Amino acid sequence: MVYGLTPEEKEKLERFKTKLSTFEKNRKNLIPILQSAQQEIAYLPGQALELAAGHLDIPISEVYGVATFYNQFRFIPPGKYPIKICLGTACHIKSSDIILENFERKLGIKEGQTTEDRQFSVERVACVGCCALAPVALVGDALYGKMSPSKVEGIFTRIQVEKEMSLRVHSENESNQ
Amino acid sequence: MNRISEAAPAVRLAAVQEKAREAISQHATLPKIEIGIATCGIAAGALETRSAFEQALSEFNIKAYIHPVGCIGHCYAEPLVKIHHPDSGFPPIFYHEVHPGKARMLVKQFLGGGDPCFEHIYGAAQTNDLIPSVSEFARFNREVRVVMENCGRINPEDLFEYIAAGGYKGLVSAMEMPPEEVIRKINESGLRGRGGAGFPAGIKWRMARDAPGTGKIVICNADEGDPGAYMDRTILESNPHQVLEGMAICAHAIGAQKGYIYVRAEYPLAVRIITRAISQAKESGLLGNTILGSALTFDIEVFQGSGAFVCGEETALIQSMEGYRGMPRCRPPYPVEKGFDDRPTVINNVKTLASAPAILMKGPEWYRSVGTEGSPGTAIFSVVGDVVHSGLVEIPMGITLRELIFDICGGIPKKKKFKAVQIGGPSGGCLPERFLDTPIDFDSLKQAGAMMGSGGMVVMDEDACIVDVARFFIDFTQNESCGKCTFCRIGTRHMLDILKRITEGKGKEEDLMLLQRLGEDIRDGSLCGLGKTAPNPVLTSLRYFKEEYDAHILEGRCPGLWCRHLIAYYIDLDKCARGCDVCVGCCPTDAVFTTSTRKKGIDQERCVKCGECMTACPPDYNAVKKVSPAHLAPVIPRPAGSPGEH
Ligand SMILES: Cc1cc2nc3c(=O)[nH]c(=O)nc-3n(C[C@H](O)[C@H](O)[C@H](O)COP(=O)(O)O)c2cc1C
Ligand code: FES
Repeated sequence: MVYGLTPEEKEKLERFKTKLSTFEKNRKNLIPILQSAQQEIAYLPGQALELAAGHLDIPISEVYGVATFYNQFRFIPPGKYPIKICLGTACHIKSSDIILENFERKLGIKEGQTTEDRQFSVERVACVGCCALAPVALVGDALYGKMSPSKVEGIFTRIQVEKEMSLRVHSENESNQ
Repeated sequence: MNRISEAAPAVRLAAVQEKAREAISQHATLPKIEIGIATCGIAAGALETRSAFEQALSEFNIKAYIHPVGCIGHCYAEPLVKIHHPDSGFPPIFYHEVHPGKARMLVKQFLGGGDPCFEHIYGAAQTNDLIPSVSEFARFNREVRVVMENCGRINPEDLFEYIAAGGYKGLVSAMEMPPEEVIRKINESGLRGRGGAGFPAGIKWRMARDAPGTGKIVICNADEGDPGAYMDRTILESNPHQVLEGMAICAHAIGAQKGYIYVRAEYPLAVRIITRAISQAKESGLLGNTILGSALTFDIEVFQGSGAFVCGEETALIQSMEGYRGMPRCRPPYPVEKGFDDRPTVINNVKTLASAPAILMKGPEWYRSVGTEGSPGTAIFSVVGDVVHSGLVEIPMGITLRELIFDICGGIPKKKKFKAVQIGGPSGGCLPERFLDTPIDFDSLKQAGAMMGSGGMVVMDEDACIVDVARFFIDFTQNESCGKCTFCRIGTRHMLDILKRITEGKGKEEDLMLLQRLGEDIRDGSLCGLGKTAPNPVLTSLRYFKEEYDAHILEGRCPGLWCRHLIAYYIDLDKCARGCDVCVGCCPTDAVFTTSTRKKGIDQERCVKCGECMTACPPDYNAVKKVSPAHLAPVIPRPAGSPGEH
């Protein structure tokens, strides 16, 4: 699937452009530059890679080659609720693959993908650093330990409830004005 | 003249110590609430616990000092809190699993009313005659802390606390000696690199000192790519200054002016804490130009790694710092001759560098008195998996696996049987029960077929499947292979395909020979440690657990009842209770159905074998069973027209 840049992302790309000029034109800065792009835009669209290549005066294929080598970089936009499942050793022996499958089934996407409405993305990560709580899943910054398939349901319910609450607050605010 | 300049660092440190004392004395008289706030604590809810304490303190109008600290290593008990309420007459007390409700109660009853809530106490922090002390538990008293001594005791974001705990004294004693003397001390201590290979640190430093060239560099390797280990990250998060001090000692010894900490961008807390520590150290003149008024100049920068296991390998690490793909290159030249930017570079693991201050302060003889002849000092493991007291453990080298797993970490939960322990992550090996009396040191573990590696230790009970664990690690290494060597790139892929086949019950007898040969070829035909050790998990399990492979291949049976292609769940109709519906409700795929007798059955076609029904089934009934091979499960037909039928 090809994701065009949203107006918001175009703005972020502009911001990255300004930031880019603060980096010295030195090959050693390639990875910090890519990290800064991803921090700004949440992923690396082709335009960002082009900008990086232009700034350092190296072929874009070279930039792409480096970016794809590392696990940190992603090339499709993450969802509004990025879901990360730990598949580290401790989580693996507590059946984290079953947790991953549950998320995939529920959302109808595979790991590494984002739902069409860009609400959710599913990703696997290695050891989050709290193996005592295995298996572990992250939704945004919130961490859920001792996961089980039924907790997957619970997480979605919670997201749904929170969404509706914030909508309600929003509309109340509007009607108050 | 000479004498004064020699004394200068000590005098300057004394001035900082004075400031530290002053800062700390400000809240010395208040009751103290200490909360572990490293990654594991936060994951268990330590931040919510902290807010609950804050709220309760203001609600009950009680004054206390909330002291954030790092990880003490007892991750199984998080959020772990220590409360010291001197006026109550009780010693400092540990409370485990302190969630907001408990926090509020402790403020109200202990700080407010002087009742320490006995039923919630984990143990006292000191021996006393009122409350049993934690030092009576093996998990506390068998540890020997050299590197992690101050982890979980001090606030990692406050330089003064490290100073008050004796910090930077090692650096001062190093600066009072000529560099050669420092190297000699490190050499005498017998300190071996904790990054896996166990190379003597003193020799490495000597080589870097002797290497021709200017602008020498110290790099702290905190890449920690093992997917089930988190010691290095925890040390950076809990006591960053000890690592900085170690790096400065190394800089003095080899004559470097620039240092880097290579830490993963995916560890944001560690990055933040270490970055802050660097700027605090600079402000107090402990890093930067003319350190403590001497001629020593040393600056440290953080380089954020982008997450590739192979970048833990030293030459790949340098490649990635230079803006390339992290692909290892041939050695020699070694980094100590030609490293980052082609300059002589010492690359040491976090724990190696963090050991240096203590060695300088307490002397090489003291360090040698801990651990064994060939492997002095301590080992830090993250002990995880099927073990009661999981977390980080620092033990003297030489104690046995049995002592570590059973005495210190409390053994296997739920009265299950021990099956295997995997040591050293993707490069290590799986050891069976008969190796439990192997002493933990670099050489004994290697002899047994495992290796110290990163310090990841995963304990597995009888329900684990060794073949699947081997598959898991090969899956990881084949993913992380940089692709330079054919054997590593393609060989691991073939091994993975074969192992997958075996776990799916499609294995052939000759597969085992093939795995063995492929493994040996990959080991011999790869350039770097990743490829050379990638087959280890498979080769050791083939050696020690051949019967598990045979069961999969010959009988289609997974002895651990783990491999999903080889097992089936069914419901024992004699045990199933008529009215109960929990398994139907919890099944994510509507595979559980109600039979005409209102008992339940499982539709094998739909079952994804998540085991949720087995967990949900009340223990009084215990009606859900798991069998392997799968055909042993009795067939119960789904009645036509039952809900969920398509
Ligand atoms: C595939 C691979 C991964 C490695 N990962 C790490 C690592 O995460 N941390 C580390 O300190 N050393 C790692 N090493 C070892 C380093 O190459 C190097 O030997 C070590 O950092 C030297 O430090 P030491 O002498 O203090 O052990 C790795 C080696 C290989 C081959
Ligand atoms: S393996 Fe999942 S948190 Fe460590």
